[in-house]
Order: sequence, then structure tokens, then C-alpha cells
Amino acid sequence: MQTPHDLAFLLARFQFAFTVGVHIVFPAFSIGLAAYLAVLEGLWLRTGRGVYLDLYRYWIKAFSIVFAMGVVSGLVMSYEFGTNWASFSRKAGPITGVLLSYEVMTAFFLEAGFLGVMLFGMNKVGRGLHFAATCLVSAGTLVSMTWILASNSWMQTPRGYRIDPVSGRFLPDDWLAIIFNPSFPFRLVHMGLAAFLSVAFVVGATGAWHLLAARRQGVAPSPPVRVMFSMALWMATLVAPLQILAGDAHGLNTLRYQPVKIAAMEGDWESETHAAEFLFGIPNMRTEHTDYGIRIPLLGSLILTHSVNGTVPGMKDFPRDQRPPSQIIFFTFRIMVALGLLMAATGLWSLYLRWRGRLYDSPLLHRLVFCMAPAGFVALLCGWITTEVGRQPWTVYGLLRTADSVSPIALSSVAVSLAAFVIVYTLVFGTGLIILVRTLAHPPVTGEYEANSAHPAEILAARSHPGAVPPVTDHPGGNA
Amino acid sequence: MTGLAYWLPVVWAIILVAAIAIYVVLDGFDLGIGMLFVVVPETRYRDVMVNTIAPVWDGNETWMVLGGAVLYGVFPGAYATLLPALYVPIVLMLLALVFRGVAFEFRVLTRTTIWHRLWDLGFMLGSAIAAFCQGAILAGVIQGVPVTDGAFSGKALDWLTPFSVLCGLSVMCGYALLGATWLIWRTTGSLEQACRLWSMVLAGGLFIAIVAVSLWTPMLHAPYLKRWTDWPRMIFVAPVPILVVALGSAFLRGIRQAHSLTPFLCVLGWFFLCLSGLAITIWPYAVPPNLSLWDVSSPPSSQLFQLVGTAIMLPIVLVYTVFSYRVFRGKVTEADAYH
Repeated sequence: MQTPHDLAFLLARFQFAFTVGVHIVFPAFSIGLAAYLAVLEGLWLRTGRGVYLDLYRYWIKAFSIVFAMGVVSGLVMSYEFGTNWASFSRKAGPITGVLLSYEVMTAFFLEAGFLGVMLFGMNKVGRGLHFAATCLVSAGTLVSMTWILASNSWMQTPRGYRIDPVSGRFLPDDWLAIIFNPSFPFRLVHMGLAAFLSVAFVVGATGAWHLLAARRQGVAPSPPVRVMFSMALWMATLVAPLQILAGDAHGLNTLRYQPVKIAAMEGDWESETHAAEFLFGIPNMRTEHTDYGIRIPLLGSLILTHSVNGTVPGMKDFPRDQRPPSQIIFFTFRIMVALGLLMAATGLWSLYLRWRGRLYDSPLLHRLVFCMAPAGFVALLCGWITTEVGRQPWTVYGLLRTADSVSPIALSSVAVSLAAFVIVYTLVFGTGLIILVRTLAHPPVTGEYEANSAHPAEILAARSHPGAVPPVTDHPGGNA
Repeated sequence: MTGLAYWLPVVWAIILVAAIAIYVVLDGFDLGIGMLFVVVPETRYRDVMVNTIAPVWDGNETWMVLGGAVLYGVFPGAYATLLPALYVPIVLMLLALVFRGVAFEFRVLTRTTIWHRLWDLGFMLGSAIAAFCQGAILAGVIQGVPVTDGAFSGKALDWLTPFSVLCGLSVMCGYALLGATWLIWRTTGSLEQACRLWSMVLAGGLFIAIVAVSLWTPMLHAPYLKRWTDWPRMIFVAPVPILVVALGSAFLRGIRQAHSLTPFLCVLGWFFLCLSGLAITIWPYAVPPNLSLWDVSSPPSSQLFQLVGTAIMLPIVLVYTVFSYRVFRGKVTEADAYH
């Protein structure tokens, strides 16, 4: 029986899933892109080759769009814990709120403080200082990721706390144990690599698009296009296999601390040795069976225990009211893994073509890489859905139920605000995506500053100044 | 109450009020500039206005994230009570800030399309709605929130009263004045002159608003009135109204004698006085009229750990914030925008 409270609870969950799902894409994009920009500017300063400056100028436009969207969607998150999840905030705030504050003080201010210099300051500060600003913004994105993953991991594998018997609040006992909780290092590495890989495929796809365009027009691709494609595929070649290892280690960690999550990801109901692995299936939570299963013998035990006779958990080992919804995470997990393997295969193929000297003239590879533009982000979102839905029915794993975390708010408030978030986010971030794609559809401008290379910094500054050169026109502002 | 359990919340209350004050002032002129779009229809002037804040607005808004995070970590009881109580204005403010934030980029990047007008409008309306909601949120805290068993127990629109509407409009007026005086300082020519004119009108409006809110607030709860009329304490609070008038006359002189920075500083002074007046009034409540700072605090182990980090980081943040403002100091002209 659905009461208004149940429905409000459900909508609050939808709202959180929607707002955080939209948000996470932008910080992940910023983490990868800021690091890429720092590398590009560093290479430019070190080698003096204009191609790196071309690429810096090109990608900083995308960065400014993505970063702004991350800031505004993140602001929403920092208040949504209170508006919709007041009971959670009241009980866990002494731990998660403190970690969020550290994130603001050590990361958000750093990013925001030097972003202005990075975007608009090239003609106001020296080259070294500008490079420092880029590096500090990049460092800020990484520090930010570290704190928020410490907080998220603490909710998955809580340590270092006491529970106050009167108020039910979590009281911090040992901050090092809270921050370095068992799942944190694995989640940090897995997410960091995911951010780099996601951006590598966006950069690679952009390069691939312009390589294909040059081929259509029968001209040679410009140096920046070749360099961005090559750099991106080096990233894919090196990082995608690493990510598979990191994901495997993360999975073993989850098996140890959240076995029922693993059972639900695998659609396994009975604990068994020599377990098979489902390639496909439809887990049914009611009948406790995975229907239409296609299985590969022994692979389940092999993946999870690295041994064919290892024991894997089954959902029936756990009470019904402690099982996460397998019918969701069974699929998100498989999509993530499939995309991960596909990204690694793409990297290896590109390595082979590179070795054969055909990296820039294999339209098949270029088409594949272009189509894989969203692969990293889709995998990243599927991974987050797997780990967060897999934590259910808890917010703080095993200790605080999601149903006991919600705010005492009216159904109408949640329903209207959810609708408003969906409309506004679709309009705002839809526009952002269109602008981003249009920006990247233009090829990088090459070389024109090299004629007067005495002060490339000034040209860079003029180019990246707001209102100076939008991607769609050279004469903004109707200031004719 | 023992030493730390008493003093830590006091220290944190001071830090939180300071963070809110910094936010109000810094993002205040950003939002004010957005609202001034109403009276400045020319795109070239609008670009100049936006370019005075484009490099710094993001840092300014971060103070609001800090405010939310500090409330969440240090006073989780207040965070978990006030945010559900003020659900409607908070969500509305966040959505408005989403529009305002992306409009910085989008209004330029959509310049050649028909959407360009939408993002100018988004910048203007987003700023106006965010400003109004911030005033309403402040009023919602001052007028108090019904609490049962430590949790909000009122209705979704309890916050909407004549007092909260007055506060919302006052903050809009105040932010627009901050924006106008910021532009007097940071721009030249006819834009600067127009801002001098507008700031006179807005200052008159804000003065009336300050008087109205100051007379109305003590009538909301008996302890508020007592705070301002109790004898020895009166010695400390009596200068506040006098200072408000003194700053007003300095402001007028600054405008008439064509000072560049004086009007902005006078408005900053007004904001400082208003916020300290409100802090004095509410003290020691976090959620008037029932929950004190100590009722809503997280344990000393949380507050102390966070204080250590804040004591180290906040001075560093202030240093590089000042650095960033210095990099972009000086008047901004149309030429700057179109290199």
C-alpha cells in the first residue's frame, strides 16, 4: 500500500539519483580535462611547440563550459542532503558534513580561486604563474575527488565511528579510520582512472571526427588533430587495461565487505563453489531466480575468487529486506564491464595500427573511436549506479536505512521540485551539451600565432577571454 | 556544559556568520549586476558588466557552498531542520543559481543564435530570484521554525509571510546597490555615470528597507526585543543605528564628489552592520525560537577536527582570493572585452 509518505520517499530518491547522476559527469569531465590541460601547457612551455598551445586553447573552451555546469549542479548537491535527507544529515552530518567541509576548503576554493587566472589571466600574469594556476586547478579537482570519495566510501564501509545510544547519531572516534576506510583506496583509484579514461575517449572522438572530416575533404589532418588523437589513444591503451585491474581489485574488496552487493550484481541466489557467470539473465527478486540465464561455467568463481573452486555468495544467504535490487545492478554492472573491455580492445587495436604506422589513416578505427565518445561516461555512470543501488537498502551500510534517512517533507514539495529539476536540468544541461558539441565540431585553429611567437601568451589570453572568440563566430556582441 | 562543548559552537557560530557575510557581499554584487541588466539593455554594456566579475564569480559562490557544508558538518541539527522548513525558497534559489551560473558562459556562446536572449534573461531573472530567495530564507530563520522532537514539523509555505517578502525585496534592493557601486568602482564613462544615478535611488530604497526590517524584527519574538532594550547591552547596540546614518551620509558625499571606491565601501559597511545586527538579535539561537547553537551542534570531536582544518585553510584561501582579485584589478572597458 502506497502512502503519501512512501511516494514522497520514492520521489526523493529519484530526485537524488537524477541530480547526482547529472552532476557526476561534469566533475569527472573536469578532473580528466584539467589534468590534460596541465599536461598540454607543460609540454608547450617545455618544448615550445605551438601545437600544444593550439590544443590548450581548443580544450580550455570546453573546460570552461563543463566546469561551470559542474559548479552549479554541485551547489545543488550540497543543499540537497539537508532538504531531502534531513534524518541522514542529522545522524551522519558529524562525519559526512565535516568531510564535505574539508572538500570545500581544500579543493573548491582552490579550483575557483585559480580558474579565473587560468581562463582569463594569460596576459595579466607570467607564463610560469599561469601554468601554476592550471596545475592548481587540476590539483583542486583531484583533491575534491579524494574527499568526496572518502565520504562516499565511508557510507559504503563505515569505520572509526560510535553510535550515540540516545540520538542515534554517528560520533567520530578516529578520523584516519573514517577517511581511510576499507573501500576508499579502491574506489579512489577506480574513479580517478574512470575520469581520465572518459575524457580520453571524448578527446579521441573529437580527434577522430576531424580526421574523418579531413579525409572527406581530401586534405591532410592538421597537427593538433593528429596530436590529440594520438595522445587520447595512448591514454586508452595504457589506462584501460589498468582500469580492468583496478576494477577487479575493487570487486574483490566489495566481495569482502559487501558480499550481498556482489551476489546481486551477479544475479546469484545460492552460495556455491565452481559458480558459473551469467552473460545474460533477468533476476527476479520475488521468485528468487534469475530467468533466461545464459551462463559460462566456472567463470563466476574464477572472476570473484581467482580460483575455479572458490565460493561465491548468493542472495539467499541474506534476509530479503537486506538485498539490493539485483534487476538493476545486474545490467548496469554488465554494461560497465562490456564498455571497459571494448575501451581496452580499442586501445590495443590502436597500438597495433600505431606500430604499423597507420594510426592516422584507418577510417575504421576513426569511426569506432568517434562512436565511443560517450563510452567512458556511460561506463562511469553505470558503475556509480551499481555501487550506489548496490548499497541499498542502506545509506550508511548496515547501519542506517535509506527509508530512515529521508526528510519530513510534503509530497507536493518533492514532486514539484523533482519536476522543476528535470525541466531546468534538461534545458540548461541540454543547451550546454549542444554548445559543447558545436564547439568541438569546429577544428582547432592552428599556427597563426607562431608568426609572432615573441608573446604567444598574449594571443592565448585574447583568445580565451570571455566574449573574445566564441566558437560560433568571430564577431560577438552585435558591436558592429 | 564543559569547556569545549560550550566554546566550540560559539567559535563556529562566529565563523559561520563571517562566511555568510563574505558570501553576501561577494556574490551580492554578482547578483546585483545580474539584476541591473533590467536597466541596461545594451549588449556592449552588459558584456562590460559581466566581464568585471567573470574571473571571480565562481570563487564568490563557493562561500555559499562553504556555508552549507559548515552547517551540515558543525550544526547538523540546524541543517536538518532549517532546510526542510525552507525547502521551497532553497530549491528555488538553487535553480535560479543554476541559470545564473551557466549564463556567464552561455550568453556569450549562443551570441549568434536566437537563444542568446534567453540566457541574458536567465542571468537577470536567475539573479533576481536568487536574491529574493536569500532574503526570504534569512527571514524564515529570523521568524522561526516549528520543531517537534528536534525535527521540522511545519508546513511547506510557513516561511511565506509579509515579513519574508519584505526581507526578500530588501535583499534584492541591497544586492542591486552593491552591484551598482561595484560598477562605479570598476567601470568608466556613461555606464559608470548611470550607476551613480541608480545607486542613489537604490540607496534610498535600501535605507527605508533597513529601517522597516529593524523595526519589525524585534516585534517577532519577545527575546529579540529584549536583546535591543536591556540595559547594559544597549550601550553596545545603540551605536548601530547611528553608524547606519553616518555611513549613509558618507555614501552621499562619495557619490556627489565622484569618488570611485567610497560608495562601494559604504554599502559594504551597511551590510556588515545589518548582518551583525541580525546575528546579535538571533543569538544564541540556531533555529529560533527553540533550538540553541548547542542543541544543534555536532559532537566536539567533529567540531574540533573541522576547526583545525579551517584554521589552516581559511587564511590560505583568503590570501589567494585576494591575489585573484588583484590580478583582475582596475577599470574594465569595452576594449577589454573585444581584444
